[in-house]
This record gives sequence, C-alpha cells and structure tokens, in this order.
Amino acid sequence: MQSDMPSRPIAPAQRFRDQENNSLLRLLTCGSVDDGKSTLIGRLLFDTQLIFHDHLAALRRDSAKHGTTGDEFDFALLLDGLEAEREQGITIDVAYRFFSTEKRRFIVADTPGHEEYTRNMATGASTADLAIVLLDSRKGLLPQTRRHSYIVSLLKVPHIVLAVNKMDLVSFDEKIFSEVTAEFQRFTSDLGFSSICSIPLSARFGDNIIHTSSNTPWYHGPSLLEHLESAPVKSLDITRPFRLPVQLVSRPTPEFRGYSGEVAGGSIAVGQPVVAAKSGRASKVKEICTYDASLSEAVEGQAVTLLLEDELDLSRGDMLVAPQGRPYVSDQFQAHIIWFDSDPMLPGRSYILKTENDTVDATITALRYQIDVNTQAHVASSILRMNDVAVCNVASQTPLVFDSYQDNRLTGNFILIDRLTNRTVGAGMINFALRRAENIHWQALDVNSQARASLLHQRPAVIWFTGLSGSGKSTIANVLEKLLHARGRHTYLLDGDNVRHGLCRDLGFTDEDRVENIRRVAEVAKLMADAGLIVLVAFISPFVAERRMARELIGNCDFVEVFVDTPFEECARRDPKGLYAKAKAGLLQNFTGIDSTYEVPDNPDLHFLTVDKTPEELALSIEEFLERRSG
Amino acid sequence: MSVNYLEKLEAEAIHIFREVAATSKNPVMLYSVGKDSSVMLHVARKAFYPAPLPFPLLHIDTGWKFRDMIEFRNKIAQEPGTKLLIHVNEGAQAKNITPFSHDSTTYTYVMKTQSLRQALDKYGFDVALGGGRRDEEKSRAKERIFSVRNHQHAWDPKNQRPEMWKTYNTRIGQTESIRAFPLSNWTELDVWRYIRKEDIPVVPLYFAAIRPVVNRDGVLIMVDDDRMPLENGERVEEKKIRFRSLGCYPLTAAMESAASTIEEVVLEMLSSRTSEREGRLIDVDETGSMERKKRQGYF
Repeated sequence: MQSDMPSRPIAPAQRFRDQENNSLLRLLTCGSVDDGKSTLIGRLLFDTQLIFHDHLAALRRDSAKHGTTGDEFDFALLLDGLEAEREQGITIDVAYRFFSTEKRRFIVADTPGHEEYTRNMATGASTADLAIVLLDSRKGLLPQTRRHSYIVSLLKVPHIVLAVNKMDLVSFDEKIFSEVTAEFQRFTSDLGFSSICSIPLSARFGDNIIHTSSNTPWYHGPSLLEHLESAPVKSLDITRPFRLPVQLVSRPTPEFRGYSGEVAGGSIAVGQPVVAAKSGRASKVKEICTYDASLSEAVEGQAVTLLLEDELDLSRGDMLVAPQGRPYVSDQFQAHIIWFDSDPMLPGRSYILKTENDTVDATITALRYQIDVNTQAHVASSILRMNDVAVCNVASQTPLVFDSYQDNRLTGNFILIDRLTNRTVGAGMINFALRRAENIHWQALDVNSQARASLLHQRPAVIWFTGLSGSGKSTIANVLEKLLHARGRHTYLLDGDNVRHGLCRDLGFTDEDRVENIRRVAEVAKLMADAGLIVLVAFISPFVAERRMARELIGNCDFVEVFVDTPFEECARRDPKGLYAKAKAGLLQNFTGIDSTYEVPDNPDLHFLTVDKTPEELALSIEEFLERRSG
Repeated sequence: MSVNYLEKLEAEAIHIFREVAATSKNPVMLYSVGKDSSVMLHVARKAFYPAPLPFPLLHIDTGWKFRDMIEFRNKIAQEPGTKLLIHVNEGAQAKNITPFSHDSTTYTYVMKTQSLRQALDKYGFDVALGGGRRDEEKSRAKERIFSVRNHQHAWDPKNQRPEMWKTYNTRIGQTESIRAFPLSNWTELDVWRYIRKEDIPVVPLYFAAIRPVVNRDGVLIMVDDDRMPLENGERVEEKKIRFRSLGCYPLTAAMESAASTIEEVVLEMLSSRTSEREGRLIDVDETGSMERKKRQGYF
C-alpha cells in the first residue's frame, strides 16, 4: 500500500493564500455497481489527506460492522453517508466530496451505479467538467458503462476518463487493459467528447491514483490525479455571445433599476449594446454594479447587476443578450429529454417547464423517438418511463428564450415539474427551435365570443361530466340537454363514445391515448363555447391532470366540473354496455376501475352521489346551478 | 480575465440567494452567529446590493450561547438594513430544560429542533436559508441545495428531487417548506479563506485567548457564566484556548491553541486533521445521528 505515509506535505500558510487563485474542476464518478467508485474517491481523499482523524475513527468502527474488506479500511463506507445505504451496501444518492491539491480545488459528485438511480447520476453529470467512468477489469464494458458514458455525453460533459479498476485482480495484465481501452474508444469516439483517456488502476491499493505505479511499467500515461490536475477546465470563451438570464429586477429606489443575474456566456463592458431577448428592444450598458465596486467589464461566471441607458420592459425570465448572436425566442422546440419519475411521461399532458430563470406551462407535443442508451438506436415509443431518453417536440404556453444545449449548457437546459406533486419529473437539453412556431400567428377576429353569445342571449359554459364507465354521465347529460333545449338554450353534447367514432377514431385506451383524447375534446369544447354554446362533455376523463388542463384551456368561459360519483360495484352491476363483464373476463384491456386508474376529483363544482337519485333530479340541479350564475 | 475557484463559489451562492428571493413568498435566513453565518450574511448583502436584504435573519437562541456570541449578534442587528428575529423555546425554558439537567439529545431536540420548528410555523416562512455545508457531515454530503421539508419540517433523504444544473425546482405544496444552502459546496477551509480575503468580522472565540475552562471527561468546557455547576474534584483553570465551531457553551469543546490569526488557525487546522464537528458534543453519539436529527426537522 502506498498510502500509509502522507504522500503530500501539508500546505503552509503561504500556500493557503496562494491557493485562492486556483481553478475549480467539477467531476463525477460513475459506472456499474461494485466497480469501486466510492472506494476510488475514498482513496483520493485519503491520499490527499483530507480524511480527518475522527472520521477515520468512525470509519474503523463502521468497517468492522458493515465492511467488506476485512481488517482494512472500507473507503466506500466513508461516502455512503445515509443509513439506508450503509445497510444495503449501495450508493443511492449523489454524494458531494471536496478535496484540493496545490494546483486545483475539486468538487466530486459520487453517483450511484444502480440503474434505478440513473436520475441521481444525471444530476451529478449536469454540472461536471469531467467524468470518471469506472469499470471492473475482470468484467469489461457492461451495459451500465455504456449507459453512463452516453448520459455523460448527452449532458455534454467535455472530458471522459475510463478508470480500468481492480487491475490487481488481473495481475496488472496489459492485454486486458488495451482491449477494454480499444473497445471504449470505439464506443465513445462519436459521442462528441473533447478528450477521452483511459487509466489502469487499483483503487483499493492506490496504484496509478496519485503516482504512477511500478506495477504497470507498460503504462506511460499520467496518474489519475495528474490527469485531473491538468485536464483543461472549460476555458473562458469570451468570444461566445453575451448572455445574462435576468434572475431578479432590483429596484431599491425609483432611480435605480438593475437587472441581476450570473453571466451565462461571453462578456460585457460598460457602453456596449445589449438587447432584451423577448421584446427585441435595444439599449446600452450604463453600469455594471457589484457590492465591491462598479466594474468596467464582466465575464461568464460572474454574478452582477446591470444598469441600462434606457428603460426596457424587462423582467425575470427574460435575457439580456448580444445584438449580434441572439438566442432563440420561441414557444416550440425540439429537445432530448431524460425522464426521472415513476409516473410515465405522457405526450399531451401539461407540465411546468423551468429554465434557469423562467417558468411556463408546457406539453410534449410529439415523442419523435426513444433512444436505446446501450446502442443509441432510435426506437418508436408512445410514452417515456423512468430513466428513458427520447427526442421530443415541446410546446410552451408563452415563448421562452434559449440556446441550443450544444452551444450553451446554462441557457439550453430545462427541467419538467409535475403540476400536482411538484416533483422534478424530467430534464431536457434543447436542440433547436421549431420554425413553425414563428410562422403561425393568432388571427384576431372582429366578431368575438362575447358578440356571438349575446346574439344567442345566453352565457356560454362547458359542463364537464367525469366518472366511471356506466356511472350515468351520458344519461344525466342527455336529460340536461333536453331541459336546456326546452328553455331555448343553444347546446351541444360531446359524448365520449360518439367522439371516439370520429374525431378520436385513431386513439385507443392506453394512458397516453386517454390524455390525447381529452386534449382534443377540450379543444373542441373550447371552440364551441367560443361560438356561444353551452357545451356538455360526458367523458370518463380519469386523470386529474387532464381535467385541470381542460379547465385552464377553456379559460375565461365558465367551466363546471360535475363528478358523477357512482360506486364501482354499482357501475359493474348496471353495466349498460356489457363492458364490465368483458373486462372482468380479460377480454378488454385498460378498463377504468379494473386495470386502469380513475383519479377522484378533489374539488369538483358539483359532486353527485347517484345512488337513490334519478337522472332528472340531478339534471335539474345542474340547471339551477347554471341559472344561479350571475349575469 | 478569469474567475478563480473562490469567486466561483461566491457567484454560486449569490445565485442561490437571488433565486430564493425571486421565487419564495416569505423567506428567512437562519443566523447562528458562527463563522458560516458571518459568510452567509456577507454574501447575501453582495447578492442584493444596493438593495437591503429582502428577508429577516432568525436566531434560534437557547439561552446558553456564549456571551461573546450574543454581544456579536446584537452588534450585527444594529447594522443598517438588517432585521433580526430571535426565538427561544419559552415553554421548554419554563420547564427548566438545560444542558446540565438533560442529556444532549433531549436538550438539542427541544431547544434547537423543536424551537426552530416553532419559529418557522409562527412566522409562516416558506424558505429558510442556512449555512450548512456538504463537507461537515456524511448525510449533508447528499443533501440538495434546495431541500424540501414536509409539513412537520422533516427531511426524506430517499425522496430527494434530482437537482440539475443551476435550474432549481423551488415549487412546494402548501404545507411544505424549503431549506436552501448557498454554501453547500464550500469547505471549512474555503470559509476561512473567504473570511480573510473579504475581511469579514467573526466572533473572537475562534481565536486563541486565555479563558477559564474545566476539564470534564477529557473535554475542555469554558466556564462562560456562573450557571455552570462544578462537579466533585473539578476546578476552573485559565488556559489559552479557542473554538473551531460555536454552539451552546456547555456543549462546545474548546481546544488548547496559540492560534490568534486566521492564518494560524488554518495552519493548525490543516496539521491537526480533526473534523470541525468533533468539538460538537451533540454529534458524537453515533454515526447517522445527524441524518436522524435532520429527519426530525433539525436544520
């Protein structure tokens, strides 16, 4: 073992001052389970002397209790900090570790090997400058090695290092090393890395970690630490176009209006022209304000507050940019999406999309193809499950400012958030804006919905019936329509079964098709309400998210959600179309209430318990509800 | 022109402060009077300059902090544009729960964890900024920068949101709240380096001076006031000591030291090779105790 003696002298006070000017390298370690990631980092920390004595004492205790290395230190225990992980012996979550040498300060993201925790691995990769992919020299390239290398390339980590670990267990055999290196080079050569490098290691015994090892005389490259110290940190490219995502507008006094943010690309100097990306309006930089002093110039990575010569209408979510070299401003784009959540991604469902500084509603309008991360082959798919990667078209409700992720990792990324749970369900890397968004403009019409409604002497509304199949939605809607018609109201009833014969003939009953079905019907209902009608929609509409989407889409017209609440047993007993019998016999797939879920409305406008009530009573109470509306 | 590592850490912290201010309804910054709080306050002022801080500071006082800390805190509270809230778990104080009468686990739970929860509920804060760093402790190393707490302020380490780039998900449900940690990626060394570079004032207890101590079970405890009962055979000695981290004086171990400047403190730290929390008696019971405390709502 090389590590019993401190291999680097402790930095004296002078060095403490000098190191202030060191650069920062962010890296991640990944690879398959048991390839020794945590051991490698534990080793790096140990050999650069950053494990403190009381941590070591705890480690000795823990090694005896949970360890797998006999009497030696189990470095992995040092990093697997969560109790559950120590018990299960796996690394669930990203752990951030820090060490520094005389040349550099390092932030290490130790990321999990298990496939089900890929999202945590992507988290570590999103900010990294360099990735160390470990593999066990006895096992060679595993699916997870390829998977992680691909995700690392997808997130545009510029440098990749293959750490061929456990060389001690293959007698430091050069042939094994060169074979696996060649295979890795073939696999990664077209993944777009700036540098690819491969190092033979023993994390457990410290070979080629700090110093090159005498056990590998045939290896002439750098040790891992030497490589980490010399890998070029993304050099500051001030020729890139200037970007300042506006994070905060600072208005402490009426005279002061500053735009705060961290420069996400290029540089800016006082007097230079800038443009507000969303409005396209131009001005010049009057002052670059910071707490320490007013600067003459600011570069990428600096947090500043800009003051402009002119007053632009500019708020959080917008971006100050260079007039030459502008970003995209669009509400439709194509992106690579990684899905994180256990609930699948359904095209057509509305999610919250957040870029670094902007938040909008968005939907995936088309899942173009899924990518098999092992082979990078394109696969047709209609939904995305956890850990899937796909190329998608995305539409946002209002335009976003962005670059392609290829050009700028900070201004080209976004996350997707579930509207109900607020979970981060996916992450995206934008490829380019879709042109069609720019060429289709909303046509303003002179006869508007108000004019049409007043001609009909009624107030338009959408009455949305939701409930299980056979609960009585269509029956009640039908009675209601007759009542309204008798009163001289202009109505239209959209019935789930009828619409599926025409408009939605191409859709089945999978979750993703149900989402699209509701989206189309909501759009049709919106047009009809815009035409002045009272629209009755009788659809199972099983998901909370789509009912909410319908409500928001219909917007400024009255939306009345009616929950027709009939117990499952009662619906199955009535079984007006014989569907329950079929579904129970296994002849019908994806039947709501049997093998497809129905999400009960939290807060419907009307909640009908139908047992012991006639459709006429219920229809009357809806009519009264409508009449009670003001105006 | 290039941005060195300390400037990068500062910019990252500023970005987090601004993100909290831009997305939360009622934020607060936890102020513990220690060196990390001094750095937090300094970076926060930079983030919003020339505007004043858009949130108050909150000190969870236990009544057992060092007198020097309270004096320092009261001075900070006088500075322009600074609003300081102080919360004490008065119910527990009335029941006379002290670090001498109760074991450290109970005392910490009641006077710190429970007290913090009381204060957050009382003011209805939705985001609390804290100076926690990932190098302090193993479970902290895995915590997100924006860390969600449920209605009981508890952390669920197995259910953390992926945190990509600097694109933070700051959305929470009505009963949830967020702990945000701008100094997540700083180390103890970075904190000292930054304090020196920016000339930030800290409590003098971090630097060696002659102070009265007793040796209790091999640990030096400073006798900060006359509430400390002496046990049989104990006597008060004058020793040159300092503290590596600061908390309640009966629960904070002093170290004998001659280091009276930042450079000397750092040099001593590098050669002593013990971690900073070793001086905190509340953490020594067993591995995993911090994670358990955090699940209960400890910061």
